[in-house]
Amino acid sequence: MKFKAEIDIMPLKALLDPQGKTVTSNMTNVGIQGVEDVRIGKHVQMSLEAGSLEEAKAKVEEACKKLLANPIMESFTFEVIAE
Amino acid sequence: MHFGVITFPGSNCDQDMIYTLETTLGQKVSTLWHKDSELGDIDVVVLPGGFSYGDYLRSGAIARFSPIMQSVIEFANKGGWVIGVCNGFQILCETGLLPGALMHNSSHRFICKNVELKAVSKKNAISAGLTQEQTYTIPIAHGEGKYFVDSDTLEQMEANDQILFRYCNAEGVVDESSNPNGSLDNIAGVSNAGHNVIGMMPHPERAADANLKNEDGVALFRSFIQRAGKVG
Repeated sequence: MKFKAEIDIMPLKALLDPQGKTVTSNMTNVGIQGVEDVRIGKHVQMSLEAGSLEEAKAKVEEACKKLLANPIMESFTFEVIAE
Repeated sequence: MHFGVITFPGSNCDQDMIYTLETTLGQKVSTLWHKDSELGDIDVVVLPGGFSYGDYLRSGAIARFSPIMQSVIEFANKGGWVIGVCNGFQILCETGLLPGALMHNSSHRFICKNVELKAVSKKNAISAGLTQEQTYTIPIAHGEGKYFVDSDTLEQMEANDQILFRYCNAEGVVDESSNPNGSLDNIAGVSNAGHNVIGMMPHPERAADANLKNEDGVALFRSFIQRAGKVG
């Protein structure tokens, strides 16, 4: 079966996100008021083959832990759907 | 000593490292390729600076899965000497051979300039031979050099003398204004608990030739060779 995963990788909440801070402070420069906080991470789309939804989720989780995210500075969440 | 310098796709400080070790310090150097699986008969493996695999995903994240890294991990776990500079430091953190991670600089800019370093560990081969009476001027060149580690691990590292260098000012004062990239406690270099795996963001190999008008980096290599050579 084919599955599609949508993965979000974000800097840990406890850590300063300098990219997000810079974007936040520049919102007023482009005329947008009231933006209090921006945090910037990565979005990964993955297509995969697996025997079941559980197996697909396990593969995506393993990919996040081993390669896509560094748990020291990032957290991840994902959704997997059958195609 | 016999050094092995690894070239990854995107390494750009490998030749500087080889020149410094061979020509300036008179050491034997073998070149290693990321696809090699054997390290050969070496005493020290060096992971040089650069932008391995284009820094895709995170600096060092892809390089850690190079074929040669499995041999580097086994070598390190047996007590072999491993030195990572800049991108090499990032790879060693991603591999888990060193604690912590290198994040984007606080300024979110690539920083290329000379910084002052204070030697901290009196135990580690690369810093034990350095004096506390002076600072060492060594260049940095990185976008992701902000060292971070959780507080429990930091406490263990402090207790075990694993902090090698801190960023400081010309008077040797470690403070926020002398922290170029937002590193935790101005940390510029660390070792593992066994003291045989060394990582640092500044480039001593870029400050090791009279023509560059800065030879402060030589003292770090001499300290290492004198001490590691005895044990190894």
